[in-house]
Amino acid sequence: MTEVWSYLARDPLLWLSMTVAAYAFGLVIFNRLGRQPLFNPSLIAMGVLALILLATGTTFETYFEGAQFVHFLLGPATVCLALPLYDNLSRVRRAALPILAALIAGSLTAIATALGIASAFGVSPTILAALAPKSATAAVALGIAEQSGGSPTLAALMVFMTGLCGAAFATPVLNLLRIRDWRARGFATGVAAHGFGTARAFNVNPTAGAFAGLGMGLNAMMTAILAPLILRMFL
Amino acid sequence: MGKNQPARNQTAMIPPTILALLAVLGCQLAGEALSHAIRLPVPGPVFGMAFMLVGLIWSPRLRDTVRPLVDTILGNLLLLFVPAGVGAMLQLGTLGRDAGPLVLAVVVSTLAAISIGALTFALVARLTGERPDTEAEVQR
Repeated sequence: MTEVWSYLARDPLLWLSMTVAAYAFGLVIFNRLGRQPLFNPSLIAMGVLALILLATGTTFETYFEGAQFVHFLLGPATVCLALPLYDNLSRVRRAALPILAALIAGSLTAIATALGIASAFGVSPTILAALAPKSATAAVALGIAEQSGGSPTLAALMVFMTGLCGAAFATPVLNLLRIRDWRARGFATGVAAHGFGTARAFNVNPTAGAFAGLGMGLNAMMTAILAPLILRMFL
Repeated sequence: MGKNQPARNQTAMIPPTILALLAVLGCQLAGEALSHAIRLPVPGPVFGMAFMLVGLIWSPRLRDTVRPLVDTILGNLLLLFVPAGVGAMLQLGTLGRDAGPLVLAVVVSTLAAISIGALTFALVARLTGERPDTEAEVQR
């Protein structure tokens, strides 16, 4: 038995299967708990997998050898966001001004408030550099953090926490503000919480999802411009 | 079938799923190439999305070809974040005494950015005489 385990534990197939199984488990729990955004299926899957890795003494590197096949699909998925964007192209054209205004306002707010709060608590400049691009999609945020002297792994953690927070709280916050325009709800969520927010928006409404994907793509570029500039004011 | 069939009929022999896969990967590849060529911190897939959009505007056939694949991938988007998320979770312990301030900064700034972004969108839409898009009921 231990022999079979020690063989399988090194096989990428095991951790690929575990990733999909943990997500399926997450979906079941998510549906059982009445589809609360706080208990989203991928958060449950991550928690379960992290516990399994710790319990079996498996390193993240071993795990990722299997999980990378799922992780890789993030790139093609970003390309796929072009289709809902195409489907909503006339709406996007009509809303060009609100989109531009919300992009600048959302991106500025995300970077400036995060840096403001962290630096008020005396967080060091290298950690601030990893925090600044947190609302951009992971690939961009890592590059921006590295350019300004921050750690890319810490940046990935900040990006991830931002996404979870956005996916969990976007709906209650937007309901509280009584914003009913699906374009506004989706776009702001995509700008603030990248792919996680976009996935959440697609679960709620297709128009919100399309605008969230647009917000994520545009904020990747906006953050690349704004984050280094705003960071300089806090150093 | 004649010897000199036009290229259009040749692609008709390739299954739509394969064509869709080829289109998506091809756009990403072109995006990665551009991203590395111009040395901007914009990732390849974001350029790939732009290329795909141009293709979709240009070709009705591409729209029909990629739609089933796109629906499958976007319908299960949350699964794709799991591997990176596991890595992040295992890292949580390394934050040390910065953990509290960083969590606070992330939560407050994310909620603020969603609120300010959505309010700005709604306000500018109203100022420019845009009608809000509220056709579906707010659902959980």
